[in-house]
Amino acid sequence: MDQPAFNHGLQMAFLELQALNKRYNNVVAVEDFNLSIERGEFVSLLGPSGCGKTTTLQMIAGFTQPTSGAIMLNGRDLGAVPARKRGLGIVFQTYALFPHMTVEQNVGFGLEMRKIPADERRRRVADALDLVHLTHLGDRFPRNMSGGQRQRVALARALVIEPELLLLDEPLSNLDAKLREEMQLELRRIQQEAGVTTLLVTHDQSEAMALSDRVAVMQGGRLIQEDSPFDVYEKPATSFISTFLGKTNSLAATLERDKAGTTIVIDGTRLSGPDTALAAGPVEVSLRPERIELTDAEKATISGNVIERVFLGDQWLFRVETPIGKLLVMQRNLGRREANVGERLHLSWEPEAMRLLPRGEG
Amino acid sequence: MKTTGTSTPWLLSAPALALFAALLLTPLAMTFLLSFNSFSFYGGIENTFGFQNYAEVLSDVYFYEIFGRTFLIAFITTAICALLGLPEAYILFRMKPAWRSFMLLIVLGPLLISVVVRTLGWAILLGNKGVINEFLRDIGLISSPIRMMYTSTGIVIALVHVMIPFMILAVWAALQRQDPATERAAESLGAGPLTIFMRIVLPQAMPGVLSGSLIVFSLSASAFATPAVLGGRRIKMVSTTVYDEFLNTLNWPLGAAIAILLLVSVLTIMLAWNKLVERRYSGVFE
Ligand SMILES: Nc1ncnc2c1ncn2[C@@H]1O[C@H](COP(=O)(O)OP(=O)(O)OP(=O)(O)O)[C@@H](O)[C@H]1O
Ligand SMILES: [Mg+2]
Repeated sequence: MDQPAFNHGLQMAFLELQALNKRYNNVVAVEDFNLSIERGEFVSLLGPSGCGKTTTLQMIAGFTQPTSGAIMLNGRDLGAVPARKRGLGIVFQTYALFPHMTVEQNVGFGLEMRKIPADERRRRVADALDLVHLTHLGDRFPRNMSGGQRQRVALARALVIEPELLLLDEPLSNLDAKLREEMQLELRRIQQEAGVTTLLVTHDQSEAMALSDRVAVMQGGRLIQEDSPFDVYEKPATSFISTFLGKTNSLAATLERDKAGTTIVIDGTRLSGPDTALAAGPVEVSLRPERIELTDAEKATISGNVIERVFLGDQWLFRVETPIGKLLVMQRNLGRREANVGERLHLSWEPEAMRLLPRGEG
Repeated sequence: MKTTGTSTPWLLSAPALALFAALLLTPLAMTFLLSFNSFSFYGGIENTFGFQNYAEVLSDVYFYEIFGRTFLIAFITTAICALLGLPEAYILFRMKPAWRSFMLLIVLGPLLISVVVRTLGWAILLGNKGVINEFLRDIGLISSPIRMMYTSTGIVIALVHVMIPFMILAVWAALQRQDPATERAAESLGAGPLTIFMRIVLPQAMPGVLSGSLIVFSLSASAFATPAVLGGRRIKMVSTTVYDEFLNTLNWPLGAAIAILLLVSVLTIMLAWNKLVERRYSGVFE
């Protein structure tokens, strides 16, 4: 019986969301949502507030009934399976620890429900607490713990039942910036050690990119792009994504083609363009501020005066008034004095740094 | 500046404090003093000082019976209120908002009607020729009426009706404080509805049940209207006994002593209960 799990002869991903829809009266929360996740993968669901991330997660968890569509986990249709039989590990935004139970009792609760004998339970709880580095706090009550510690307890409680799938709803949003960065690394380590397939919901693009193998970007209830963090950042499918993920300069332009290659025309300024499959005509140019370099007058693609300057510690952020519009420019801090407001800057960039998107989308 | 800063709160609350002193502390102090006076059938109240009234109460089995009955009735009322009020509050809590506000109105509505009126209503229902007995006789279930008026059972039934809104409100407040995601967390870990209620909801609602019990117990132990109407002379409770001493026997000092003993014993029970609760739940809830 050691045959690989082929389902109905079709190779199916570990978790498949098929044409999921959720409507509340006349509000469409999630629309025609398709997503496949492979075993062991860490996928983030990224999108602005109200785009339907939590709703999607709740449907997978079984707390919300989809209006239509199917959720397949490991070849099994979860549609008729109640939430408590799905065996998923869930970390809630508020952690939802049981305030009247100690850390050990919290973590052991899922095992108790599975009628695991007490000595095995103790061993597995100890292992889980070890995984999240909380061995010494087993008999504390949640109230007497810090945000980061509660977060770890919630994670241990979800992982101890060895779930097929781990669901995380904005697990780090209640932590302050420094702790959040620490916990990101922790979360990634724990996920890899446990080897558990994970779906994370977040509206924080840096969190999504730092943690996941793949990012699924949502907007208005729809999935609009799924790719590796590098590709969503470098090859955004729409201008919405290019502005939502990091900073960018969005410029309305016209694309011209001839035998030598492409030309980008912005407000009458002609720049040599990148290779592209797009047809000539109106396009939108997305140019990341970190791809723009400071250079000499003779090598400059374009020049302009600084109208705003912000020092961020590791970098400088300039806003430069140029013939093609106000450009945001990022420059690594090299410990030297940089141009002040009113001074002239000469900018250059590779033609390939400009991403072209069809105009009027997003 | 410093002095005005610290005296301002006192000045602002002075009218309330004056009212409190005049209407509560003064009568209480006078009752306390009265309880040390003596009384003779022909001479009336004499302004002496002694513990003879307390001695009389504490040495008479008759009073022990009344105190015992009072606390038993208060205790049973509290227990029933907790047993009924907890699930009722939880069901209300889980209702859809529109239904919930309607049902809450029904539950709390009785608070708007005078206790005396409600108790008289119970008298109409519970009497030997009352609605319940007439109905049971008409459908042939009983031939002679079940005695419910002038019994402890009747008093408990009516007291539960009067007191249960307080329990529901207290439990409601506790439920409102709990994170609704804890129930879903338990569900995702494999707990069924009953387990969720017993292991997750109930313990978190417990502080509400305990504070509700405190209110219900003290109000029941000192309730007057309900035992007066439904218990009459036959089922005496402490409050009705005090009333009789004051208005029938005219032995005010003895009545005062009984009243003070009731106050002290209820306070003692409440403080002990509160201590117990604090010890049990400190460190768990904020
Ligand atoms: N119970 C509900 N009844 C009606 N509309 C709802 C309900 N739950 C969610 N919605 C709507 O569905 C949409 C998606 O909500 P959802 O909570 O999934 O957003 P989200 O992406 O998680 O947002 P956030 O980042 O703010 O948590 C929103 O427009 C919301 O108003
Ligand atoms: Mg959400």
